[in-house]
Amino acid sequence: MIKNVYDDEVPKVVTIKETVIETPTVKTFIFPFEITEDIHPGQFVMVWDLNNEKPMTISVIDKKNNLMGITVRKAGPFTENMYENMGVGDKIGIRGPYGHGYELSGYKKVLAVGGGSGIASLAPLLSFYDNVDLISAASTKDELVFVEKFKKENIQVHECTDDGSYGFKGFSTELADELLKTGDYDIIVGCGPEIMSYKLLELSQKYDIDCQLALDRYMKCGLGICGQCCIDDTGYRVCVEGPVFDKEQLGQLSEFGKYRRDAAGSIVEY
Amino acid sequence: MLKSNILGMNLKNPLFLAAGILGTTASSMKMVARAGAGGIVTKSFSLEANDGYENPTIVKIEGGVINSVGLASPGVEAKKEELIELEDIRDETPVIASIYGDSEDVFCEVAQRTKDYVDAFELNVSCPHAKCGFGSNIGEDPEMTYNIVSSVKDSIKDVPIIVKLTPNVTDITEIAKASQEAGADALTLINSVGPGLRIDYQTGKPILNNVLGGIAGPMIKPIALKCVYNTYKTVDIPIFGVGGIKDYKDVLEFMYAGASLLQIGTSIMYDGPEIFKNITDDLSIFLEENGYNNVTEIIGLSHEL
Ligand SMILES: Cc1cc2nc3c(=O)[nH]c(=O)nc-3n(C[C@H](O)[C@H](O)[C@H](O)COP(=O)(O)OP(=O)(O)OC[C@H]3O[C@@H](n4cnc5c(N)ncnc54)[C@H](O)[C@@H]3O)c2cc1C
Ligand SMILES: Cc1cc2nc3c(=O)[nH]c(=O)nc-3n(C[C@H](O)[C@H](O)[C@H](O)COP(=O)(O)O)c2cc1C
Ligand code: FES
Repeated sequence: MIKNVYDDEVPKVVTIKETVIETPTVKTFIFPFEITEDIHPGQFVMVWDLNNEKPMTISVIDKKNNLMGITVRKAGPFTENMYENMGVGDKIGIRGPYGHGYELSGYKKVLAVGGGSGIASLAPLLSFYDNVDLISAASTKDELVFVEKFKKENIQVHECTDDGSYGFKGFSTELADELLKTGDYDIIVGCGPEIMSYKLLELSQKYDIDCQLALDRYMKCGLGICGQCCIDDTGYRVCVEGPVFDKEQLGQLSEFGKYRRDAAGSIVEY
Repeated sequence: MLKSNILGMNLKNPLFLAAGILGTTASSMKMVARAGAGGIVTKSFSLEANDGYENPTIVKIEGGVINSVGLASPGVEAKKEELIELEDIRDETPVIASIYGDSEDVFCEVAQRTKDYVDAFELNVSCPHAKCGFGSNIGEDPEMTYNIVSSVKDSIKDVPIIVKLTPNVTDITEIAKASQEAGADALTLINSVGPGLRIDYQTGKPILNNVLGGIAGPMIKPIALKCVYNTYKTVDIPIFGVGGIKDYKDVLEFMYAGASLLQIGTSIMYDGPEIFKNITDDLSIFLEENGYNNVTEIIGLSHEL
């Protein structure tokens, strides 16, 4: 029997309680939200700025204080407006959480690789699991996200920058390759630019370990009906079956690393 | 038990995917076909690519959704590529292309360019939130509807033409009759209702970016049923019933009222694409237990009682 037919799921309007400028392009927003048992790292919410609405990964899951956070990177009008103009006391609407997050029970040791603001989707893993090593990557030192937060909470993170201005010099996938050589890890998880994610899948094949990656596709409903976020060849809905996919699913996604669809549904190649 | 042959389509069951739900890409439509749909209606498309309205375009409320997706779709050439990809499922799962436009020429051109890849066309003259001149601007007017349908019929000879109607008129049977006179091979009733509105109670902001949107889902079933029931009495062509179907009992009601075929949209939100298999399983059991040999036997039953 179908349940939840009579649930009202309009956006829940909350007041921003705290913001953190992470980098010149990335900002975190924290707001009160009832953190129920079913909220899990890797899931996302639809964020309404009372005008437009966009999907954002949950980057802070604070059960004790019933706080949630999102970490926004400037990419266009919506995210720029959030970064420049939205602050403490402003209201935003939240609906969700939606989708499937990371599922890491049963693994010995997890290597989590975040590119740019992708690290935001991985950070909450640390409060759910105690066997996760993080790689945080950016083009340069100023663009590294959550550096202060990790320092404050005394969390060891492998930082890396393309230009070597902080931590390991090179791409996150090169550092991941180095770490995987130790043979300690039985799964690699990741969130970031799709080219990086695609290389992480290849690494998991090279080392014959498991893999879970968060993908993003254009979203409208977040409810699994509009079809905007569906991904070839399986037709998985990124908003329902994803955004985190496991190794077997990733292997079936012929468009992964190659193309995506825009708001009209037209194909855009990477 | 559930097999039928209607409009030249061999159907394993009468449950189609409704236009605009998981109908953008070939792979999502194939996914719904694998999940057990008897047929597929694509998301509506036209000549040019259209981004639709800005988000929020869909909001989930008690008993369904309000949507103002705004006919987002790639243009006809990109859609043709998706339709070609569907070639290999059409034997088992017929594909109906839903098309829209603002003139007879546009409807005919889109149909001409895609007619080799589909089992039927559904003319969307009923979208309640389309821009001026599209959608229900046409379907609220019997004469405009007549003109569009007859020109598409003149231009496309060998593919059945279905007309999808809006419930947001004083008398839907007027438009239904005009469509039949213009040569329509079947009707789809109904498109979404309204339009309707939801406002955030804390800020006073309308939630949808477009302010208004079409209402769909279980809450519109009584309206859809009425439209099917009344229209069945006035036309002789087959009717697709759509609006709020979520389980086999809803399917029975629509067929009793006169629908030969059904479409399911919003309820996929509750049950996932598996809803097709869930309903066909339950429907088969019900028909068997009640002594029927084939699902077509119950079409219009309420009118005989
Ligand atoms: C599941 C998921 C989780 C995400 N999590 C985060 C996050 O934690 N932090 C973050 O900064 N960004 C995240 N994004 C991306 C974010 O949604 C886009 O950056 C944002 O929508 C851009 O909007 P804009 O108006 O600023 O830019 P635009 O100029 O509109 O677009 C810039 C880019 O964002 C993409 N985009 C635009 N609208 C959407 C949409 N409705 N759905 C998906 N992609 C869109 C476009 O394809 C384009 O590539 C996530 C996306 C998804 C699908
Ligand atoms: C998100 C969404 C998008 C839709 N897009 C279209 C469309 O492109 N063309 C169309 O004819 N109807 C469209 N419809 C209407 C449905 O096909 C259907 O007529 C209506 O939703 C009622 O059925 P339901 O209650 O089963 O959803 C859309 C409905 C929804 C909810
Ligand atoms: S965003 Fe609509 S189906 Fe995923």
